Amino acid sequence: MKIYVLLKRTFDTEEKISVVNGQIDEDSAEFIINPYDEYAVEEAIQQRDAHGGEVTVVTIGNEDSEKQLRTALAIGADKAVLINTEEDLDDGDQFTTAKILEAFFDGKDVDLILAGNVAIDEASGQVGPRIADLLGIPYVTTITSLKIDGTAVNIEKDVEGDVEVIETTLPLLVTCQQGLNEPRYPSLPGIMKAKKKPLEEIYLDDLDLGEDDIEAKTKTIDIFLPPEKAGGRVLEGDVKDQVKELVSLLKNDAKVM
Amino acid sequence: MSETREKLFKGAAFLVEDLTADDIITPEDFTEEQKMIAKTTEDFIVGEVLPKVEQLEKQEFEHSVALLKKAGELGLLGADVPEEYGGLGLDKISSALITEKFSLAGGFSITHGAHVGIGSLPIVFFGNDNQKKQYLPKLATGELIAAYALTESSSGSDALGAKTTAVLNEAGTHYILNGEKQFITNSAFADVFIVYGKIDGEHFSTFIVERDYPGVSTGPEEKKMGIKSSSTRTLILDNAEIPAENLLGEKGRGHIIAFNILNVGRYKLGIGAVGGAKRALELAINYANERKQFGTSISIFSLTKEKLATMASKIYANESAAYRTVGLMEQRMGVLSAEQLKDGREVAAAIAEYQIECSMNKYMATEMLDYTVDEAVQIHGGNGFIQEYEVERIYRDSRINRIFEGTNEINRLLVPGTILKKAMKGELPLLQKAKTLQEEMIMKMPEEVGDGILEQEKYLLRNAKKLVLFAAGLAAQKYMQRIEKEQEVLVNIADMVSEVYNIESAILRTEKAINNTGEEKNKQKILYTMVYVQEAFNRMEADAKEILITIEKGDTLRMLLSSLRKLTRHTPTNVVAKKREIAAKLIEKEEYVL
Repeated sequence: MKIYVLLKRTFDTEEKISVVNGQIDEDSAEFIINPYDEYAVEEAIQQRDAHGGEVTVVTIGNEDSEKQLRTALAIGADKAVLINTEEDLDDGDQFTTAKILEAFFDGKDVDLILAGNVAIDEASGQVGPRIADLLGIPYVTTITSLKIDGTAVNIEKDVEGDVEVIETTLPLLVTCQQGLNEPRYPSLPGIMKAKKKPLEEIYLDDLDLGEDDIEAKTKTIDIFLPPEKAGGRVLEGDVKDQVKELVSLLKNDAKVM
Repeated sequence: MSETREKLFKGAAFLVEDLTADDIITPEDFTEEQKMIAKTTEDFIVGEVLPKVEQLEKQEFEHSVALLKKAGELGLLGADVPEEYGGLGLDKISSALITEKFSLAGGFSITHGAHVGIGSLPIVFFGNDNQKKQYLPKLATGELIAAYALTESSSGSDALGAKTTAVLNEAGTHYILNGEKQFITNSAFADVFIVYGKIDGEHFSTFIVERDYPGVSTGPEEKKMGIKSSSTRTLILDNAEIPAENLLGEKGRGHIIAFNILNVGRYKLGIGAVGGAKRALELAINYANERKQFGTSISIFSLTKEKLATMASKIYANESAAYRTVGLMEQRMGVLSAEQLKDGREVAAAIAEYQIECSMNKYMATEMLDYTVDEAVQIHGGNGFIQEYEVERIYRDSRINRIFEGTNEINRLLVPGTILKKAMKGELPLLQKAKTLQEEMIMKMPEEVGDGILEQEKYLLRNAKKLVLFAAGLAAQKYMQRIEKEQEVLVNIADMVSEVYNIESAILRTEKAINNTGEEKNKQKILYTMVYVQEAFNRMEADAKEILITIEKGDTLRMLLSSLRKLTRHTPTNVVAKKREIAAKLIEKEEYVL
């Protein structure tokens, strides 16, 4: 099976976000593989181990993204591709990403593409479905189980806490939800082997893409942090008085009534 | 790691050499693989071990064993075991990073350290091919767990005074061991013990003892102040039958093994202390930010800031020094041939070259840890005294570090002792340097200090080295061979030497970072360095003064004190202001930040 994983480099979940001059300050921040993409990598490896084939992880970014690709190789992926857009691309959105990956997959023999359900930074959840649409293959989002038998595929999908069971066929794109599997740690032997695995770097030129083809469809107007949460208040007195006070607060303070 | 321009430095050479930033290895030089190894270790500790800390602290040792096996699956037990014996044969920096990250786990890190370090390394370094084949692959996976049994109730630092005896039986097939070993880490569940005893009551030797051999048992679990997650019992050898082929190394050469293993144990404790201190600092910052008094976070108060900044600058200097030592070992091993690297003795010798550095890292870092955890508890106020808070456990866990692997006192005494031996053997041109200094002090006017970045610190470092030569030189002249008995003076010398090492490590690390990524990105490192160097220099000045007062009096003393003033003349850094700057960043990032 030809398996591809779409991987994004994101801020570490532990990082404190600060905004400097309208931009998120990346100085001295730690970066990780988007946690949902870790489920995708793990699932890809498990499917490969069950059915044979090869796992390729793909990311769009710059040289810094190599680190996350190496981590995926250490976890067990076979190959990695870095689409380096550092020189050619200032700003992009989900449309940009999907167009670049469409060009990347052009002419490739693909059985299964896995991505995270969302990226924890921008959380659009769009890239996977967009690519599937551009490639003309079916897609299922937020999957929690994936069983493949030949080209028949049985999927359990998380629908807001309920489970939907879906039958479909390869080739296919899925986005992975928490609960799909338990991602493994990259083992030390895995880390040592990752050094020797192929990591290909390609540029937009190699994909025959010009700036116009991928120009973002959205604009970022402003970036700001959520307002700081004010402390809560516990009302006292007997229940009648409390209700009265609450109603008055909702009317006069919060002005929601 | 093997740049071509590397120089090889002998142990303690820093006292007489002028080093440049490129001469040392720093945490900023870690490779991507090394960082990934550190990350896997941290993820394992945070994800698998910390959720079990409560059970581990209650000494439910089945968890210790299961976690060690899991660690083995990830390769976390095989870093120092050569590939041909089922390990990974990693570089020493990777191995050190594993140690640092394990320290987050408290007592379990002692379980791990005893297994991979003092438990397994005697076989790695000194085992014959059969012994290595028999034990190492299983130790690397955690199928077998190792322990180290040197101490007895009447012989601690005086290891050669061991009372355990070994006698070869008539058939020549087995050694019969009798004795009792004390404070044996991992003893509840270890399968293999490295045991020291005297053959025929006189030849100090080492044996590989399996738990299942007849006559081998363990005593009851000790009730300890800290590191409760680890197991500590006596090992009882009652006519224990050890197959003759389990003699490790040569008969009568056990002290060589013990000496080499102690070196490893010591520098690794230094590394672990750095990891533990980082955690204590992080907890302290988080608490200081959350805790409100007088309507504001207590991290607003400059006294809190002072504590946080002092902790962080001490961590920085000790981290720089600890990894510098590992780097030295790595450089030394880098010039060994593949054939030599296979011989564990060569590897042990490369480590032993830096026994002075190992000892210094041990006592400096473990005391830094004790200082840090103490202040971390203090910042927690009353809550720091309550077991619900992690810092309470860290405080208790810290204390043993100043005691085991050679008390800090023993380690301090080793430093001047070993340096003097090296000087006598001509390995260190100390006496020549001391002479030059005496002439220089008569002739020269104090040098002008530039105001460039780190200029003042480098000036203080140059003078710090002179201070050691001055004070130690005088003491050596005064006491000659009798200096051994002047332990107070020796300890002051040790403290001065280790401060020189720490100061220099911090300066060179910061300088290297500036050379690579510029001043702007290394502001915090510069601040740590400025604060640490100033405070360490003050301590050195006090140490030197005390030495002079101890050995001389009257006019001679007054003259010497005036020379001392010449050597220590400088305009001090305003450390209070620098600490506020340091703390601002710590409080913002809520962790030890570089």
